[in-house]
This record gives sequence, C-alpha cells and structure tokens, in this order.
Amino acid sequence: MRRQRTSPPGSGVAMAFGFSAASSIALTVVYAFGGQPQLEGLLLGIALGGLAVGLVRWAQDLMPGGGYVEQRDTEMGGPAQSAAAVRSFERGEQEVQRRSFLGKALTAALGALGLAALFPIRSLGSAPGTSLEVTPWAEGIRVVTVDGEPVRPEELEIGGVLTVFPEGHLDAADAQTLLIHLAPGLYRPVSPAREGWAPEDFVAFSKVCTHAGCPVGLYQPAGHRLFCPCHQSIFDVLEAAVPIAGPATRPLPQLPLEIDADGFITAGGDYSGPIGPGYWSRPRA
Amino acid sequence: MLRRAAGWFDTRLGTSAFVQKALTKVFPDHWSFMIGEIALYSFVVLLLTGTFLTFFFDASTSHSVYRGAYEPLNGVEVSDAYRSVLELSFDIRAGLVMRQIHHWAALVFIGSIVVHLCRVFFTGAFRRPREINWVIGVLLLILAIFNGFSGYSLPDDLLSGTGLRIAYSIALSVPLIGTWMAFLLFGGEFPADEIIGRLFVVHIMIVPALIIGLLSIHLAVVWRQKHTQFREPGRTEGNVVGSRLWPSYTAKSIGLFFAVSAVLSVMGGLAQINPVWLYGPFEPQQVTSPAQPDWYLGWVEGALRLVPPFDVRLFGYEIPNPFFPAVLLPGVTFTLLLAWPFLEQRFAHDKEAHHLLDRPRDHPVRTALGATTLTFYTVMFVAASNDLIAKWLGASIFGITLIFRILILLMPPLVGWGTYRLMKALAASGAGHLSEMPLAALTNRGADGHGAHVDGGKGHGAAGPPGDGHAGNRLGAPAEEARTPGG
Repeated sequence: MRRQRTSPPGSGVAMAFGFSAASSIALTVVYAFGGQPQLEGLLLGIALGGLAVGLVRWAQDLMPGGGYVEQRDTEMGGPAQSAAAVRSFERGEQEVQRRSFLGKALTAALGALGLAALFPIRSLGSAPGTSLEVTPWAEGIRVVTVDGEPVRPEELEIGGVLTVFPEGHLDAADAQTLLIHLAPGLYRPVSPAREGWAPEDFVAFSKVCTHAGCPVGLYQPAGHRLFCPCHQSIFDVLEAAVPIAGPATRPLPQLPLEIDADGFITAGGDYSGPIGPGYWSRPRA
Repeated sequence: MLRRAAGWFDTRLGTSAFVQKALTKVFPDHWSFMIGEIALYSFVVLLLTGTFLTFFFDASTSHSVYRGAYEPLNGVEVSDAYRSVLELSFDIRAGLVMRQIHHWAALVFIGSIVVHLCRVFFTGAFRRPREINWVIGVLLLILAIFNGFSGYSLPDDLLSGTGLRIAYSIALSVPLIGTWMAFLLFGGEFPADEIIGRLFVVHIMIVPALIIGLLSIHLAVVWRQKHTQFREPGRTEGNVVGSRLWPSYTAKSIGLFFAVSAVLSVMGGLAQINPVWLYGPFEPQQVTSPAQPDWYLGWVEGALRLVPPFDVRLFGYEIPNPFFPAVLLPGVTFTLLLAWPFLEQRFAHDKEAHHLLDRPRDHPVRTALGATTLTFYTVMFVAASNDLIAKWLGASIFGITLIFRILILLMPPLVGWGTYRLMKALAASGAGHLSEMPLAALTNRGADGHGAHVDGGKGHGAAGPPGDGHAGNRLGAPAEEARTPGG
C-alpha cells in the first residue's frame, strides 16, 4: 500500500516544513526592509503552502488512512419521543390558557412594544416627498461647468458636449446635465412647447439614465447618439433623446435653455419630466 | 499534563465521552467533499484579512486631501473612505497584499459555495434528512453575495459608486415601498452621504455575525447527521466509511486550510484586483466604461442588459424595468433554490432518508434540470460583458444583445435535453466514468429503441438500491480493508 521510497519516510514532509519556515523568515526580512506587495504575497504563499504540503503528505503517507467504519442512525428520533415532547408542551400550554386574559394582555403589550421599536427605522432617512420630481434647475439659473464656470455659446464648438450643473448646486447629482451644441437647423422640437428650448442650437438633457441611473457618459457626435456604459441603452439626441436600444424605456428629460442678457446660457425652467430611473409613484411625464 | 487537563474538565463538564467519540469520528474521503471546506477556509481568510483592513479603513464620505505615495492622486481632494483605501494600498506596509488577499478570498468564497451547491445538488445530498442544511446553505450563499457587494462598495471609487447607483435604482423599482426603501437605506436621494458608513457596519458586523451563526449550525448539522458517501462495496445506508478525525482527517483538513490560504496569498500578491486608484474617486456625473460587477453578480447584470425595454403601468402607478431582472429574477431564483428539496420530494415521490449519494446519471431528470438552470445563468453571466464582446468582435452592440436574447431562450433547453440523453446513455452503458463510455452508447440509442433503456435506467433511480451499473465503480478502498472503530 505504501509507496516504495529511497529516502526515509517523512523526509519530504520535513523538507516542506523547512521550506515554510525559511519562507516565513524571508517574509519578515522583506517586511523589515519596507515591504514589497508581490514578494509578500509570494513568500506568505510559500510559507503557507509548505505547511499544506507537509501536513497533507504526512496524513496521506504516514497516518492510518481510510477504511474505518462507523455506524449511523439512519433515522433520528422517533414518534414516541416526539409525542412525549408535544404532550409536555401542551401540559404547560394548558396552564397558560387557564389565564387566557393574562395571555392576551401579554400579547398586546409585546405587540405594542414591537410597533414602537419599528419607529426608529423612520430616522434612517428623509421623506421622499417630491424630491424625485424636482431638481435645483429653475428659470434664469445659469448653466455652469463642473468647476463652476458659466458657459457662453461660443465656448462650445458644434458637435461638442459638456457636463453642466445649475449655478450654486455643483453637488446636485440629480441636476447633472449634458449640454450639446448641434449643427444649425438640426434641432426638431418633439412638441410645440419645446420650440424655444434650443437657443443657438444648444440642447440639454438630463445625464441620469432613465433605466438604472448611471451617467449617460458617451456621446457620438456623428450619429447624435448618447450611450449609457452600464447597460448599453442608446438615446437619439435628435428625437428628444428617446431610447433606441437597450433596456431604457423613457427618453432623457430635456432641460429648456435660454441665453441671458450677459450672453451666458441659462435654464428656462426645470426638466421636461422627473429625471432618472422609474419608481412606483412616478407621474407620467 | 494532558491527562490532568482532561480530568479537570471531565469532572466539571463531563466532556470526555464526547471527546472520545469525536476523536474517532469517521469522515469519508472524496475530493468533492472538500469544496465546502474550501468555502469555510476562504471565510477564515476573509475574517483574518478583513480584521486587519478595519484598523485602517475610514468609512466616511467627508472630504480630505490625499497626501501619499501614489503620485497621480497626491494632493487631490477625495472622500475619507477613498483616501484611506489609497493609504492602505500604498502607504501602509503589507496593506495592499492584505486588501488583495481579502478581495480574492471573497471571490473564491462565493465561487466555492456555488460549486459546493452544485455538488450537493447533482449527487442528491440535499435529500431527507439533509433539507435543513440545504436551506441554511442557500441562505449562506445569499449572505455571501450580499457581503461581497457591500464590501466592494466601501472604497467609494468610481466603479463601486456606479454599482451603488444601480443598487439605489433597483431599490427604487420595488413596487409600493421602493421609494421609501431607497431613501431609508441611503439616507435620502442618491448620493446621500450615509450609505458608506452603513454598509461598513453591515459588512463587518451584521452579515459576518449571521454567516458565523448559520455556518456553525451548518457544521453542527453535518456533525450530527454524519456525511453522505458514494456507493461502494462495504458502504451502506447505515454506516460511514473513511478516515478518523484524529489524526489523519485533522491533518488533511488543516493542510487544506493552509493550501487555500497559500493560493489566496499568492493571488493577493501577484494578481492585481480592484485597483481603485485607476478608477478614480466617485463623482456622481462620471462613470467607468466598461463597468462590470464582481463575478457573482454577473448574472443580475446580464439580466439587466438582456431584458427587453418595457415598464408596467397600472392605475397610474409604475413598475419600472429594473424590477423584473434585478428583484423578481433573484427572488424567484432563491425561492426555487430554497424549495428544491421539498419540490423534488413531492414530484419524485421520494420522502425516504438517503445517506448514499446518487451519481448524476442515477437521476437524469434532476441532472438535466440542473444543467438547464446552470446554462440559463451562464448565458446571463456572459451577457454582462456584451459591450466588451461587441468591442472584441468589432460587432454592433444591437446584434450582440439580440444574439444573447436568442441564446437565453435556446441554450438552456438544448443543454438540458443533451444532458438527459447523455445521462441515460451513460447509465445504460454501465461505464464507470464518462470518459470510459463508448461513443456508440450515445449514437446507438435511437436505433436500440427507448423502452429497454428507460427500464434499465430506472434500476439506478433515486429510491432503488445500487444496480449492476455500479459494479464497475472504481472508487476507494475495497470492503475487505474496512476496519471497525477501535480496530
């Protein structure tokens, strides 16, 4: 059953343990000299691996192996035993039921305590209210870059795209907007209400994907398409950003634009509808 | 000394009878029984490395300036969470190797749970009396996946922030309570500042405590019910044949722990994982491309990408698209998994206790169903990289997604049917192993006529004793070598 060996039994095991110890010492040296992640991993691996090889070979070559037999209970317990347990419970239960009023009072008290204990959950967050339906955008608020700089139409060439926020709300994630400069004459309002929303061929759409909320980060100027890198929804900018592929079902809400007296781009109001992914009580845009 | 200590405890707790029984307890030797141990030992590595990481991680989204060895981000204002992960990776000795071992261990932990689950499924080890441990095992899988996600969301980097954004949107999609649920979990509208700190508590305390609790019960139940074993001469429903706990099984099992941690250490040292410094800090208006989750969420990600664009609107209320792939699908998946032992008992009319394992061929219907299910989730997993595949092939994302939508309908039944035929042929051929089955056994089946083979297959069914098909079984030691305890 045992393998024929030329060296004495256990020499391989001893060698593995020796390797392990040497590697552990090397590991402390590497650490003392400032550490090096690759060497640390490798030396730790050899130190642990030496122990593994040694122990497994010791067990397999030098310890009594399989072939021991142990009997098992094929079925646990038995009907008589469980019947006795149930009887014991029922005997006690009768004692409790004799004072049924007290039992009911206890249930009521525990129920009330349980309800009261639920209330702190409410402290975990603010009420949704209308926060999913409104953003800081409003008429006259300037469009600014991520650095807070207001934007003039001449600063963005045709085909260019810029991520913008409402002035004073650079941390408003729900107000992130893509400002796109279209070639003249390309903008087609999808409804009469949106006719004046693209001054000097600038259009703006919410950057939050209507599928799962990722920033719609990629713009392909040739096809006027916006891509969401998360789940590959594609939106057609010339058709008011309707989804043309992927799992998104709704267009990216459009932000009406104006140009103020100082020549800066401003919002003409809030978006055309709630931004971002859908939810139970979302009003139809 | 040992004798005195044993006596001291025995006279106070009466422990010696148990210890005596435990030391001679018999564990069957089969490689496939080690997969669960790999999961267990990966978890131990997770606890050890994770404890080290908690000493340095700062679960806060307050902003501060990173000043450290990583030049590209030196002097950049980032969140405290992100800053502390950078420091952990570049400025704290042995920090990076610990972080990377921790992340690799998480991937291996969940991977070995899934393989262990497949082993238990395909060998019928979940049958009475082991339904309890099946249910606990599935709960452990759910907790492990959840803790994996909560863990890689902590560094507040751009990739994990995108993952949290999607998680928030999925929470929003739940009918009726979704909006409140998302706001209470995150502390308000995304990106509220609370989530990192909350996930940290969940990740290092609540879920690990649940895992430790359920794992203890899982092991206690295995101990109480004893291991299953494959059919072999000398092995019956009434015994266990194998090595004793002390010393050979102990040595082998501790050896396995060292082997698992050795592999994870080498991976943690040499294979870079989750390089958050390359992704950059989370900014709500930025996104990485490509963006894939860790492997164990690939199926949900793939489902999100494959599902056709539809919402449900009823009476002025909406069930948004992500609900179906990301809430309903996982819900159905885990419900069916939890219910499987009870479903099989009902439909296969087999409520008997089983301690001898099936081989996959013994139960072709179960094996085929398992293969069908695995194929379904594998197609979704691969579809989570539809953007990368389109890029590699130079194909359009439209076309690739369409192909995956066809494959998800076509592949699972096809693989299931093929598996069923293969298992039937294997059982009828009587080959000891798939590689020994003559190819003719598969091709002749149609001509031979079904009836005879189906009858032959029934002999190996779930309820029956081993048939002649097992005579060629080459596993393990012959019965003559069997020794009784104390022998």
